[in-house]
Amino acid sequence: MTGSAALSPSECGVFLDAEGKVLRDLPDFALDSETLVALYSMMVTTRAFDAKAIALQRTGRLGTYASSLGQEAISVGVASALSEADVFLPSFREHGGQLWRGVTMQELFLYWGGDERGNDFAGPRHDFPICIPVASQFPHAAGVALGLLHQGAGGVAVAIGGDGATSKGDFYEALNVIGAWNLPAVFVISNNQWAISMPRAEQTRAKTLAQKADAVGLPGEVVDGNDVIAVRDATRQALERARAGQGGTLIECLSYRLSDHTTADDASRYRDDAEVSRHWKAEPLVRLRAHLVAAHGWSKEDEESLLRESRSETETAAERYLATPPQPARAMFEHLYATAPPEIAALAQEMGDD
Amino acid sequence: MTDLTMIDAIRRALSRALEEDPDVILFGEDIGIDGGVFRATDGLMQRFGAARVRDTPLAETVIAGMAIGAAAQGLRPVAEIQFMGFLYSAIDQLANHAARLRNRTRGRLTCPMVLRAPYGGGVRAPEHHSESMEAMLAHIPGLRVVVPSSPARAYGLLLTAIRDPDPVVFLEPKRLYRALKEPVSEDADALPVDKAHLVHEGRDLTIIAWGAMLADARTAAETLTGRGVSPELIDLSSLKPIDRQTIRASVRKTGRCVIVHEAPLTAGLGAEIAADLAEHCLTSLLAPVIRVTGYDTVMPYARLEDRYMPDAARIVAAVQQVMEFA
Ligand SMILES: Cc1ncc(C[n+]2csc(CCOP(=O)(O)OP(=O)(O)O)c2C)c(N)n1
Ligand SMILES: [Mg+2]
Repeated sequence: MTGSAALSPSECGVFLDAEGKVLRDLPDFALDSETLVALYSMMVTTRAFDAKAIALQRTGRLGTYASSLGQEAISVGVASALSEADVFLPSFREHGGQLWRGVTMQELFLYWGGDERGNDFAGPRHDFPICIPVASQFPHAAGVALGLLHQGAGGVAVAIGGDGATSKGDFYEALNVIGAWNLPAVFVISNNQWAISMPRAEQTRAKTLAQKADAVGLPGEVVDGNDVIAVRDATRQALERARAGQGGTLIECLSYRLSDHTTADDASRYRDDAEVSRHWKAEPLVRLRAHLVAAHGWSKEDEESLLRESRSETETAAERYLATPPQPARAMFEHLYATAPPEIAALAQEMGDD
Repeated sequence: MTDLTMIDAIRRALSRALEEDPDVILFGEDIGIDGGVFRATDGLMQRFGAARVRDTPLAETVIAGMAIGAAAQGLRPVAEIQFMGFLYSAIDQLANHAARLRNRTRGRLTCPMVLRAPYGGGVRAPEHHSESMEAMLAHIPGLRVVVPSSPARAYGLLLTAIRDPDPVVFLEPKRLYRALKEPVSEDADALPVDKAHLVHEGRDLTIIAWGAMLADARTAAETLTGRGVSPELIDLSSLKPIDRQTIRASVRKTGRCVIVHEAPLTAGLGAEIAADLAEHCLTSLLAPVIRVTGYDTVMPYARLEDRYMPDAARIVAAVQQVMEFA
């Protein structure tokens, strides 16, 4: 039922199979060692970040956290295709993409640790913070695309949401308007087969989620979301079309949520370990590593030093986050309005400086 | 100075905003060639082009959500919801995003958008076209909710709303769209944000109303004056934030207060004002604060709507009750 298995490679964009075997001619960017290593490194770093975030949560030092375990290729693949001027509108599981864009780990920890300053990030200042109300980022992406169209500089709005998000009206309303207005936007569905406890097969009777694009007259395609090359290539082509004034695209990336929904969830209540184990065989890091080893001389030493570096980067960021004092209480009033009405200003004042 | 109806004044303000700021864009259902179902945007698409005055697909969530995205990109979207009864599905975007984008990004992204919607009863409209749900919006931290009560105020307040760096819901009492004309000058100033408007001073009690209820409150005030009662009339105008200082100062002076709104009683804005007065002006109060409001029932269809809406007679009766309290 669920998973990449439902579609054959001919129906679904894929370059590397689960073992890392090259199935078809690679796009140019994927012939470049440096690019592939950068993609791989970011996926490894994302996984290290994920592990650290869960460890912090389990020891009471971070809030509820949504892991991206197993879905690193989608987030990183999409973000790596964007240019700085494009606008990224992520859902809550897109740590890899945010890191690629330039959001720092310390900022991500701050956000998930319950501090708004995590959203005041260094990364592209026009990127949106993550979006918790499912699917509500897609209407923003349509509006951002409208803004980018007015600016006329070729920017594209790129939003990511989950399989569950495709059942919501706002997803459909937004997809419809980017079609009707021919807006430069790309919508990506990170289909991890689950929306908390609701399996993909029960979410909709549609064979693919990408086919929902048919209803609004846009191209929709399915790619193997565990193949970062396929994700990046599909995104790259969609961006080119959008920049050329040819409108939006819906890309469904097939993957699998290897973790619980969040740290507050226990997935064993609704799915078999056997299913999870099966999907571990198709996870995105192994195949790219195998390809790097086979075609780009990636060595054991390279791998070890990458793991060391990503762990130490994560540790340093976590230490910085933990050493960051909370905002003073008055901060809850300071950014409500550009100019605080008197009663809000008075509340801020009453709070004092701690 | 030209005599304008409220709908004309709104169109002039939109037109001026489009002229003055290239970042201002308008979108909504049927606002282009049709000029909006009430003609608020009549001729604007022809004048400013379809890229700036644009018909949207029929989808309220995306109208609100798109305004947020466009605003975050530096545009000044003025979006229209055709009737307030269809604004409910936009509340998700208003409450979860528009009102908090600045706050949740510590000022990195902002949302200078306006969402206009005709609201209220009194025009014999079909079901779902006559509600007043302003209190739901006024409950949302980070939003501004503004209601004009006359053509000149509509002109000045709409300019203010469009220039404001934060999201504003601009509710237009449709009963007043064509009810009266008033001189409005082309270069009238924008009116101050967050301020209640003192319509006229009085000695004996304060009447607080907004939107279409101002008309009934005015009529009531005239009757009362004829009976030797001197009411002070305040147009609340800014429903979020509420200009508490102006209200408290007035009630401290008069010692009595009647609040009038079209929306149902329970958890309406009148409750907030009455509670504020109880907290801050208790020792000045000579009588209980009374609310004259729509009833706690579903807005009736056209044939009964006059029986639902507060009118001058109900306001006068409430004032008499307050004046006779001993
Ligand atoms: C509008 C809305 N409804 C419910 C929730 C609670 N919730 C959070 S995540 C989630 C499931 C989302 O599934 P999906 O879109 O597939 O994304 P995933 O979590 O799998 O990445 C739900 C129901 C929410 N955040 N927003
Ligand atoms: Mg999912």
